[in-house]
Amino acid sequence: MASRTAGDLNGAEPVLTAHAVRRAFGPTVVLAGVDLTIARGEVVALLGGSGSGKSTLLRILAGLDGEAGGTSVVHGTAAVVFQEHRLLPWKRVTENVGLGLSGADGPGRIRRALAEVGLAERDRAWPAELSGGQAQRVAVARALVREPDLLLLDEPFGALDALTRLRMQILLRRLRAEHGFAALLVTHDVEEALLLADRILLLDEGRIAAEMPVDLGPTRTPDDRAFGALRRHLLDRLGVPTT
Amino acid sequence: MSRTSLVEAPDEVAAAVPVVPRRQRPARRWRRVVSPVVLVLGWELAARTGLLAAEKLPAPSDVLATGWRLSRDGTLGIHLLDSLTRAGAGLLIGGLLALALGTVAGLLRLGDDLVDPPVQMARMLPHLGLVPLLIIWVGIGESLKISLVALGAFFPIYFNTYAGIRDIDERLVEAARTCGLGQAARLRHVVLPGALPSLFLGLRLAIGAAWLSLVVGEQVNAQTGIGFLMMEAREFSQTDVVVLGLLVYALLGLISDLALRVLERRMLTWRRGLRAT
Repeated sequence: MASRTAGDLNGAEPVLTAHAVRRAFGPTVVLAGVDLTIARGEVVALLGGSGSGKSTLLRILAGLDGEAGGTSVVHGTAAVVFQEHRLLPWKRVTENVGLGLSGADGPGRIRRALAEVGLAERDRAWPAELSGGQAQRVAVARALVREPDLLLLDEPFGALDALTRLRMQILLRRLRAEHGFAALLVTHDVEEALLLADRILLLDEGRIAAEMPVDLGPTRTPDDRAFGALRRHLLDRLGVPTT
Repeated sequence: MSRTSLVEAPDEVAAAVPVVPRRQRPARRWRRVVSPVVLVLGWELAARTGLLAAEKLPAPSDVLATGWRLSRDGTLGIHLLDSLTRAGAGLLIGGLLALALGTVAGLLRLGDDLVDPPVQMARMLPHLGLVPLLIIWVGIGESLKISLVALGAFFPIYFNTYAGIRDIDERLVEAARTCGLGQAARLRHVVLPGALPSLFLGLRLAIGAAWLSLVVGEQVNAQTGIGFLMMEAREFSQTDVVVLGLLVYALLGLISDLALRVLERRMLTWRRGLRAT
């Protein structure tokens, strides 16, 4: 597995290229050769049922899995938001956001990142004092503060309640419009994928089984007719009866 | 914000549990004082009326008077200082060794394979039962007392260091990696603070073991120390001094435990609300 971060930035270059990514756990093949390219500023949703290997793929792209085969290159910087917030319980919110942060004006950047997720007031709080939604927003701030070219999101809102999840989806859409980062969103939520992504990939049996662009415009809502049609189509592909 | 989630980090679950008020209601606290006070008063009364022979168990007031006398003429201070020195030296030696070996075994697979089996085997030996062997090895002087304390302190600190490192949530280490933290930085920001609660527990157990080792060690040919004071008093049937020695040991244990609790509360402020102690 060759995983490297290329420093030279070329506008035409994709932000992520992965080729023939394979991963097996013992005799079980989870990923059987996945090719994936993400353009700058593009949001790609990776849909799949549970056990389809979507989180495994994201971990490989994040450089967290040393035993995978194939190549994966991030051109620029990447940051990860996990399903659980994964904040260090012994560090206050500010310190968590600034973890490993280098460069000038650290405190100012942390303040701005927290303000962007609406938690400027909670900078001195301990993670244990936050609600699940707040903690996840801190995790988003921790990723944002690094000004990533690519955001890797592993079911980032999967552990939140339905209302909080909707708010987080709106927040992510706003942040993306402001920062223009590219993102790979791993999810099993078809509506979430349709709301946020420019392109949807379907992962099935370790391969990209289908790929479809989402041409719904920036102000899409689930009430659109086109949205409903795509949703039905995707659920059909995932083997979920819709009637 | 309410949550209806299936998968949550354990700390969140704990945070959602309402915090039990730390202080008990005053009436309840006073009620808990009643029985100890009655016991001490009964003891005093039994000794005063001659129900308890003074050579078997002197009155608590006599014990306190003896304590006052011995601290005024400096005897108690000298012996106490010697006992504390032994405990401190033993704790330092045993504790540092345990910390080093526990860290190696907890962090490195090779260290685990090489260090842990012999330690697990040695754990089965009751360390106070090693006194005869230790006398042969290091003699009956100061080194015996310090070795005993070091041995007693070693195991709780080793096991809790090991467990503290092993119990660190792998997912947090991973998150730190994605934030660009190298190995040394991960040790400093994730492993060390994550293992700290466990280290404190180990230290508390170790201090308890240290006092216990000291009690035994100071009864072997000591010329100073609280244990010596007690053994000497036994020969002259000064029961009040023997009981005083016990009281001092108990107080030492109590004070060290309290001090550690205060330190723990200071250093582990982030656990506020996670624990209901």
